[in-house]
Amino acid sequence: MSPLAIETRNLGRIYKIRGNKKEKKVLKELEALADVNLQIEQGELFGLLGPNGAGKTTLIKILTTLLAPTKGEAFVAGYNVLNEPQLVRPRINMVSGGESSGYGLLTVRENLWMFSQFYGMPSKEANKRITDLLKLVGLGDRINTKSSDLSTGLRQKMNIVRGFMTDPDVLFLDEPTLGLDVSASRDVRALIRNWLEEHKKRTLLLTTHYMVEAEELCDRVAIINQGKVLACDSPVTLKKRLQEDVLFEIKTSRLNGLTPDSLEALPEVHTASLCELEDGALLKLALVEESALGPVINTLSEKNIAILNLKKLEPSLEDVFVELVGHSIAEAEKAEANE
Amino acid sequence: MNKTAQVKETSPGTDNSTKVTGWRLFLKTVIARAYPRLIGQQREKSWMFFDIFLPMLAVSSYVFVYRAIQAPEDYVGFAVMGGAMTAFWLNVLWGMSSQLYWEKEQGNLALYIIAPNQMMAILLGMALGGMLATALRALAIIFLGSVLFKVGFVVTSFLQLFSVFMLSMTALYGMGMMMASLFLLLNREAWHISNLAQEPIYLVSGFYFPINSFPFWIAAGASIIPLTLGLDAMRQLIFASGPALGFVDVRTEIIVLLVLCVVFLVGAKFLLAHMEKLAIREGSLTDSRR
Repeated sequence: MSPLAIETRNLGRIYKIRGNKKEKKVLKELEALADVNLQIEQGELFGLLGPNGAGKTTLIKILTTLLAPTKGEAFVAGYNVLNEPQLVRPRINMVSGGESSGYGLLTVRENLWMFSQFYGMPSKEANKRITDLLKLVGLGDRINTKSSDLSTGLRQKMNIVRGFMTDPDVLFLDEPTLGLDVSASRDVRALIRNWLEEHKKRTLLLTTHYMVEAEELCDRVAIINQGKVLACDSPVTLKKRLQEDVLFEIKTSRLNGLTPDSLEALPEVHTASLCELEDGALLKLALVEESALGPVINTLSEKNIAILNLKKLEPSLEDVFVELVGHSIAEAEKAEANE
Repeated sequence: MNKTAQVKETSPGTDNSTKVTGWRLFLKTVIARAYPRLIGQQREKSWMFFDIFLPMLAVSSYVFVYRAIQAPEDYVGFAVMGGAMTAFWLNVLWGMSSQLYWEKEQGNLALYIIAPNQMMAILLGMALGGMLATALRALAIIFLGSVLFKVGFVVTSFLQLFSVFMLSMTALYGMGMMMASLFLLLNREAWHISNLAQEPIYLVSGFYFPINSFPFWIAAGASIIPLTLGLDAMRQLIFASGPALGFVDVRTEIIVLLVLCVVFLVGAKFLLAHMEKLAIREGSLTDSRR
C-alpha cells in the first residue's frame, strides 16, 4: 500500500460565534467539522463534494495550517499540521476560487514571481516555469499585463498557475474553476491531469460544486454535509452502491405481441416495461446481472424485433449526492439564497 | 513502520532540490515583498501630488505662522524637516500597521502564511519597500521646502546625522512591524485605530515645532514614538539653533533610539509568532468574506 499524503483522525472544528465587543460572551457554537477521518494516498486526486457551509473550506484551512482543529489530528505529507507547520508548508500550495490575491499594479509575471520567491525558487527557474504554465492555461499573451486589467476568469487562471508553479507535493484546490467559462475550465482540468501524470507522487485535493468535474477528474470523492463525511469512495463504487440493478433502455421496432411478462420470466430479469412509440417501442429493463441481457436479445430476435438503440443507464454522482444528502447542491444553494 | 513515518522519508517530493531555504529564503522573501512597493512608485504617479504637494501645504502654513510672529528662522527649517518626516509616520501607520488587515481582506495573508517563508521576512520586506519609497517623498519635500523657503542647514556631524536617521527608521519601522502583528487580530477596527493615531502623534511628536515646548514628561512620553527623538536629534544636528532648542542631548537620544530599535524588533518577532498562533486558533487568518 502506498504511503499517505493526507490523513485526518477524528478531526473536528467548532467555531465560537461571539456577541458584540462589550459582551464578548460566546453566543453559540457552530460545528463546522465533526469526526472527519480521511486517508488520501500519494498520487491520488481526491475530491470533496458538498454544498456551501458543508465544511470543505474549513477542512482545507486546517490541512493548509491556517486553522487549528478543536479536536483530532491532521497530517499532510506525514507531518502534523498543528505541531509541525514549518515542515508542512514547503510541501503544499493552495488556490481558492474567486480569490483576489496578488497586487493589481504588478503584472501577471511579477505577481507570480513574487510568490515564487516566498518558496525559495531561483528567479530564472521561476520565470521559465511561469512562462510555460501561462502558455498551458492560455494566458501566455497576458504575461506583461497588469493583473488589475485581467477579467475575473483570467485572474483565476493566474491564481491557478500560482498553485502549480511551486510544484508542491500536495496541492489544495478550493473550487478552482469557480467563475471560469467552459473552455477555461477545460484548460484547467487538462492542466490538473497533466500535472498529476508528470509525477506519480503528486497529490491533489479538490473541492468542487461541479459533479461532472469531480466525476471526470477524481480517483475518489468524499461527500460531506454539515461537517460530516457521508461517503468516501471512487465515483464508480459510489454509483454502484446506489444502483443494485443493471438498467438498460432499448429502442426497438414494433413489438409483434411481446409482453413484459414474457421478458420478466427470463432468468435474472428483475423488471421489464414496454412503451409503444410512433415508430416502434421503448423497452426498459432492470437486470440482476448484465449477463441477463443475452437471453433478452435472443427473445427479441426470435420475435423478429429489431434493436434500433441500446443504452446502459447509470446513476450520476449527482444522484448519489441527492440520495445521501437529501437534496442537490443547486437546491441547497437556491434555498440558501431565498433565506 | 507506520504510514505516516514512511511518507516522511519520501518527502519533500518533486523538484524541491533547487529551492533555497534558511537565510537565503528569508532574503528572497524580503526582496520580493519590497518589490511591489518600489515598483508602485513608478506605476502610480499620483503620489507626487498627494504625498508631496499636500504635505507642502501643511509645512507652508507653519512657515507663514512662524514668519508672521517673527520666530527664529530655524523654525522654518524645523517645519520643513517635520513635513518630510510626516511621510514616514503616515507610511508606518497606513502602509505597515494596517497592512496585514488589508492583506487579509485581499486573500494574500493566507498565502503568506502557508508559504515556507517567515512572516518576519514579509514584514521586513514591507518595511524596507515602504522606507525606500517614502525616503524619495521625504527628500522631495526637503528639497522643495528648502528651495521655496530658503532654509539654511549647518550640519555638525554627518556621521551622527546618518546614525540618527538610520536608528530612527529602524525603530520606527520596527514599531510598525509590532503594530502590524497586533492588528492581525483586528478587522475594520484596524482602520479606525490608524485614523485615531494619526493626528495626535503629529502634535505630541513635535513634527512642526521643537518638542521641548512641552513639559518634560509629555515630551518623554511622546519619545516612545521613535520619530519624536529622531526628529529632535536631526534638528540639533543640522540647524544652528538646534542644540539650544533640543529636548535632551543627541548622544542620549541615540542611546534611547538604540534601545527602541531592540525593543520594537524583538517585540515584533515575539508578538508576530504569538498573534499568528492566536489567529490560527481563532480562525481569523483568512479574509472575513470567506
